Amino acid sequence: GMSRYNTNLQQVANNTWNKIDKINTELFTLTYGAIVVQLLKDFDSVDDVNNQLEKMGYNIGLRLIDEFLARSGLGRCRDLRETAEVIAKVGFKMFLGFAGTVLKMNAKKGSFHLVLEDNPLIDFVELPAQYKDTLIYNNILCGVIRGALEMVQMKVKCTVKKCPLKGHDVTQIKVVLIEHLTSEIPVGDEF
Amino acid sequence: MNIVDRQLPDKKSKNEVSLSAYTLLFSELIQYNQRKVTHIKELERRLADIGYSVGVRLLEYIAWKDKGDKYLKRETNTVRFLQFIAVTVWKLLFGKAATLERSMDKKEQFMITEDSTLVDKFISVPKDMQGLNCASLVGGLVEGLLDAAEFPARVSTHSVSVDTQKTPRTVILIEFNASVLAREQKYSL
Repeated sequence: GMSRYNTNLQQVANNTWNKIDKINTELFTLTYGAIVVQLLKDFDSVDDVNNQLEKMGYNIGLRLIDEFLARSGLGRCRDLRETAEVIAKVGFKMFLGFAGTVLKMNAKKGSFHLVLEDNPLIDFVELPAQYKDTLIYNNILCGVIRGALEMVQMKVKCTVKKCPLKGHDVTQIKVVLIEHLTSEIPVGDEF
Repeated sequence: MNIVDRQLPDKKSKNEVSLSAYTLLFSELIQYNQRKVTHIKELERRLADIGYSVGVRLLEYIAWKDKGDKYLKRETNTVRFLQFIAVTVWKLLFGKAATLERSMDKKEQFMITEDSTLVDKFISVPKDMQGLNCASLVGGLVEGLLDAAEFPARVSTHSVSVDTQKTPRTVILIEFNASVLAREQKYSL
């Protein structure tokens, strides 16, 4: 059943986590924060910053998927539900150190939500008032998911639905499957 | 919830992310900045700037994590603070200590050296960027720490080839402002 499958994924996640090289979270959090600040200086509009974060995430996702597949040893996912569970339980754990959960799984509509209770990107971060409503601080995660899934032939659209920096209790990202792709190699990095 | 009301992370818990996540982020940072500069030195400057803003914010966090309630007395001795950086900070961030050295002839000059730098261990520099020292980010981080602790210094990051290993060693050169040495002399026991 589903819970046995989830336990297996948890084991895969923990085994992988134990094997890989690690680095201090604060360094990661602060480096990301510094990147966001740099983008806010470089671009005129916050919308442009949001887009740039997503693009950077996309480029990362294109590369990340290889490592993910190699390290986890997981094969092709059979359906969207499995894809969602694998991203949440194994993907997040392997890279961010914390597993997430899947909510609002809707196979018919081709959508699901990913929920992270702990998110290293936002530890100790507080958004200045001027950016609170406009900056999508977690948008890089949307890009990572989009890039990674494109490499396994899924075209998706991701949006951040909840973020603790805006007062919510969790980070929540909605993923919508637009279409399955034929084996086209993506043109390359987006700038 | 207000940021100050949020629970502080358990100090003893090892807060870690995968090195891969950091490397991927760092790599993208380099790619992004590469398109904005014409010289490698400019790119290194931008990486150092990122490192600087990290270092400035890192000091408070590290001091809290390391000494907890004992952190009320600010470190004012240069060598002790450099040791704090080379040992405590380095262990926390990168898992092992770096080496602190002092220049023989220049009193104000110190070096923090390591055989390899963790953040750029898996970064492969493309052919058109040969000579780029990604460890510049770490040099900037050191400068940020020093500034935040009021030890102003000129910090530069260098790559030094050595016989004993294939890849060059990282040398972070620190040259303190005259004011720091003067202050040290004035208040030394």
